[in-house]
Amino acid sequence: MKKLLVLSAFAAMLASGTALADTSGKKIAFSNNYAGNSWRQAMLDSYGIVTKKAVDDKIVGAADVFTTADKEVPTQAAQVQNLILQGYDAIVINAASPDALNGAIKQACDAGITVVSFDGTVTEPCAYRVVVDFKDMGKQEVEQMAKFQPKGGNLLEIRGLAGTSIDDAIHAGILEGVAAHPEFKIVGSVTGDWDQTTAQKAVATILPSLPDVVGIVDQGGDGYGAAQAFAAAGKPRPTIIMGNRQDELKWWKEQKEKDGYKTWSASIAPGVSTLAFWVAQQVLDGRKDIPHDLLVPYLAFTQDDFEAALPNIKEGGVATHEYTQEDAIAAIKANIKQ
Amino acid sequence: MTAIAPGTVPKSSPRGSAARARMLRGLLPALSLALVLIAIAWLNPRAISYFGFNLMLNLAIPIALATIAQMFVIAGNELDLSIGTFVGFVGCVTATWLRDATLIGIVVLIGSIGVYALLGALIHLRNLPSIVVTLGMSFVWQGLAILVLPKPGGKAPDWLLAIMSFKPPYIPFPILAALLIAAVVHFGLMRTSYGVILRGSGGNAAALRRAGWSLLRTKVALFALTGLFGVLSGMALIGITTSADANIGNGYTLLSIAGVILGGGEFVGGRVSPIGAVLGALTLALAASPLLTFMHIPPDWQVAANGAILIIVLAARVLISRRER
Repeated sequence: MKKLLVLSAFAAMLASGTALADTSGKKIAFSNNYAGNSWRQAMLDSYGIVTKKAVDDKIVGAADVFTTADKEVPTQAAQVQNLILQGYDAIVINAASPDALNGAIKQACDAGITVVSFDGTVTEPCAYRVVVDFKDMGKQEVEQMAKFQPKGGNLLEIRGLAGTSIDDAIHAGILEGVAAHPEFKIVGSVTGDWDQTTAQKAVATILPSLPDVVGIVDQGGDGYGAAQAFAAAGKPRPTIIMGNRQDELKWWKEQKEKDGYKTWSASIAPGVSTLAFWVAQQVLDGRKDIPHDLLVPYLAFTQDDFEAALPNIKEGGVATHEYTQEDAIAAIKANIKQ
Repeated sequence: MTAIAPGTVPKSSPRGSAARARMLRGLLPALSLALVLIAIAWLNPRAISYFGFNLMLNLAIPIALATIAQMFVIAGNELDLSIGTFVGFVGCVTATWLRDATLIGIVVLIGSIGVYALLGALIHLRNLPSIVVTLGMSFVWQGLAILVLPKPGGKAPDWLLAIMSFKPPYIPFPILAALLIAAVVHFGLMRTSYGVILRGSGGNAAALRRAGWSLLRTKVALFALTGLFGVLSGMALIGITTSADANIGNGYTLLSIAGVILGGGEFVGGRVSPIGAVLGALTLALAASPLLTFMHIPPDWQVAANGAILIIVLAARVLISRRER
């Protein structure tokens, strides 16, 4: 009898041993390098909502946010080092540079800290990367353009912030798309920095020198500015791919109501920060099978569903999606299969 | 402040009071550093350890070197607004050419010090305001950095990585490095006769000219020294971050100026303190990042809090130097 008891106790111990680790005492920090635009604000908002609930539900012990005062790499490297000293179990990071933070990231890994990067990802192999398939997004822009402009024609490309991996990836995707659709030709390229005013100025400057343009492929945050530049110059309105910003979707809605204007909108959801958070939680939970590179889909809107999303976006904000723990588990599963 | 002394001497002599104020000014950088350290120790005792100092202060070494670089220019009554982007440029060269083609890397880095020396000559000969010239140069360095390294990346040379991750016994490397930098520059600028000439060229140029010293030569020397320490700063930075980014040093311009002022230097020229500048840089590095992180300020306020800390620390410095007058 006694033996049986001991055995069953032993069995129970074994069972609990195989169960996943408890993360209720774990602390996750978020190191953010910039908070000065609508996308980043939405990112922080989503993160705040989801992590507050996770802390209240005792899924994790703490989830604190740290934003650096400038966009500088050394400041963020110092911040990561301080987070190591603070004794966090995991760091979710939107990094100022893909490479230049590797020294600090490695120090964090060596101290046994889980690092999950997203949006501005880091190349240090020990970190996890939640990556949106920007290249596919760029390619898809041209695919969609082919639907709206079946005859093809001249395209204007608006690039993002020079020197970033995101700009590179979207641009590569667009080039790939154009190669697959030889009826399109990129006749001009400007830098819009994902910002309506910058884009408007840049487009207005290049417009007089351009032949007729049927469409604009861009990176989000620049579509409304481009539309303004065309309107100001009195040029016919081309098909402008949008980037999920509130002002862009609002303009789209106005045009659609006026004459059935058609386009497509896509961007990375700022709420991807919450997906990174859940990935960190899953790693702390003891999962060993999570790939270090996780590819997640971007958020796209079509002619049929963008109007439903519009009321939920704050004035001057950007469409987002807050991910749940189940979403993260599903995303991890999808990436393991690949 | 000037307490009435007993006996026949009615007041302490003005000279004594000035000396005391000067001592206070000299002590202020050390005091503010101690204050920030006490605050950190109170907020996070774990940080006050060998490991903690290593982590908190290693990024202060490049800041200290950039501050010393800025200090040389300020000693000559000028201002360098290009030091940040110059550090970034050096970083990009360090992470690419210095590793792959060491000889070219060395030539480029020495050449860039030469450019700094030429700038000094240009500013002196044409009597140009240094702010304008160096502001222009900041865009040149930034552009060159992007040319060298269009995308973030590159890798620091192994020997540099080894130096920057050196772990001496007992004393953390950043503290050792700070002591070394302060001692070397203090000796060179404050204790040698040419150091006096260099400081004098900023403090009282007319007197030096009458004494027969070449102001052109002093200006070139000061700018070359700035270039030299800028190069050291960029290399140290890349040794820590392991890889480079064209924008990596941009914040150093203002940090270095704040560091010099915090360390007891003044814009009027000639009045600088190398030890103070190093202490000022360490204080800034600690106050801006670890202190802020440990205080758990809500994210919306963190950026403002960073600025507030800077203003408080600098305001204390101004209060004391006013007493001196």
